[in-house]
Amino acid sequence: MNDFAIIWSHRDSVWVGLLNTLVLIVLSGAISIAVGLLLTPVLVGSHKMLAKMVQFYVDAMRCVPFLLFVYLIYFGLPSAGLRLSNWAAGALALVLYNSAYMAELLRGAWLELPASILDSGRSFGFTGWGLLRHIMVTPMLIRALPMIGNQLIQILKDSAFLTVIAVKELTHELNGIQSTYFIPFASFITALILYWIVCMVMETMMGSFEQFAASRRP
Amino acid sequence: MNANDYFSILQGALLTVSLSIVSLIIGIPLGLGLALIRWAKLPLLKDLAHVYVNLIRSCPTVTLVLLIYYALPEFGVSLNPLPAAVLALTLSTTAFNCEVWRSALVEFPKDQLDAAYALGLNQINRMRLIVFPQIWRASLPGLFNEITLQIKSTPAVAVIGIVEITRAALRVGSNTYEPLPPFIFALLIYSAIVFVFLKLQKYFELQMKEKGYL
Repeated sequence: MNDFAIIWSHRDSVWVGLLNTLVLIVLSGAISIAVGLLLTPVLVGSHKMLAKMVQFYVDAMRCVPFLLFVYLIYFGLPSAGLRLSNWAAGALALVLYNSAYMAELLRGAWLELPASILDSGRSFGFTGWGLLRHIMVTPMLIRALPMIGNQLIQILKDSAFLTVIAVKELTHELNGIQSTYFIPFASFITALILYWIVCMVMETMMGSFEQFAASRRP
Repeated sequence: MNANDYFSILQGALLTVSLSIVSLIIGIPLGLGLALIRWAKLPLLKDLAHVYVNLIRSCPTVTLVLLIYYALPEFGVSLNPLPAAVLALTLSTTAFNCEVWRSALVEFPKDQLDAAYALGLNQINRMRLIVFPQIWRASLPGLFNEITLQIKSTPAVAVIGIVEITRAALRVGSNTYEPLPPFIFALLIYSAIVFVFLKLQKYFELQMKEKGYL
């Protein structure tokens, strides 16, 4: 129990880690949903060349483990002349990686929607951006909601990998405490329980979103 | 990068594949066991299984690997990196496989069980002849999905010093001062491994379709 007291005395750095993890999830979750929404119409669109290119990006991301991708971004960007802080590189890796997954699951939702929605939108004169924004986005998001929830939890788990490039997220902070005081069990159990709580909060939020969506469904 | 560097990354690939396969060979039957415990609603045990699955599924693999490698010695069990990695990967895949099996079990039509009961089959034969042949077919896509996820989560064990593909590539990169070529080679290897498993899945599903199971 003494070990947990040590962790309690370092609650400020645990808090920093938790906060960083939460900010990373919210930020990269929101951006990757937005990018996914923009890529989906391209994926299902009539422009074959563009669709192929986006599909290649999506497939490539789905083949790479996230850790390898983090290293690629972290070491690759400076070679391309772009210098980012560790935090920004980590966030960029999360966004690029998860945008592909979001695009793929939103594509699935788009294809499952009845064709009549798209057709009636077109016949009312909606095209391009307006068609996407006013007609397709809402039913697509509602349909994809459970899978988006799963992917957000995946982002939470991926964010722990950012410890390898010294982003101050939850695992990194608790690993720091662990190596200073040699209290591995207390530190990592704390991390595990905090991750669990965050997951449960996320699941509850997605659940109430789904209920809200169900109550609005005609 | 010289031939030696490529070879060392390929050696990492061998470790990645064997770690995934070993953890899956242990984890898939264990997951089935847990799923059966939850399905049969065994008192207490089902709650333990439920907590285990929830906790592990929400825990990042890296954190789990660190926990097992650094915390077990506190309890007098000190593991080398390799067994610790196998243990962590197995614990994590067991939880995910449990969910795959369980969803097949939950959707299993109850009238078939009642019919088997009415025909006088005992518990073991009911499972062996009626339930199992059907749920493993229903679980196959989910299990294959879990295989590719498992391959992609093996780099987590690099944090305790196991030289699998990602760490081998990192090492080559820091020796040659050119990090990109080994990472791109590693990326190609991962893609090849995942591709092989996806093809295998297609093949299995085709076989089943031909036999009329799906």
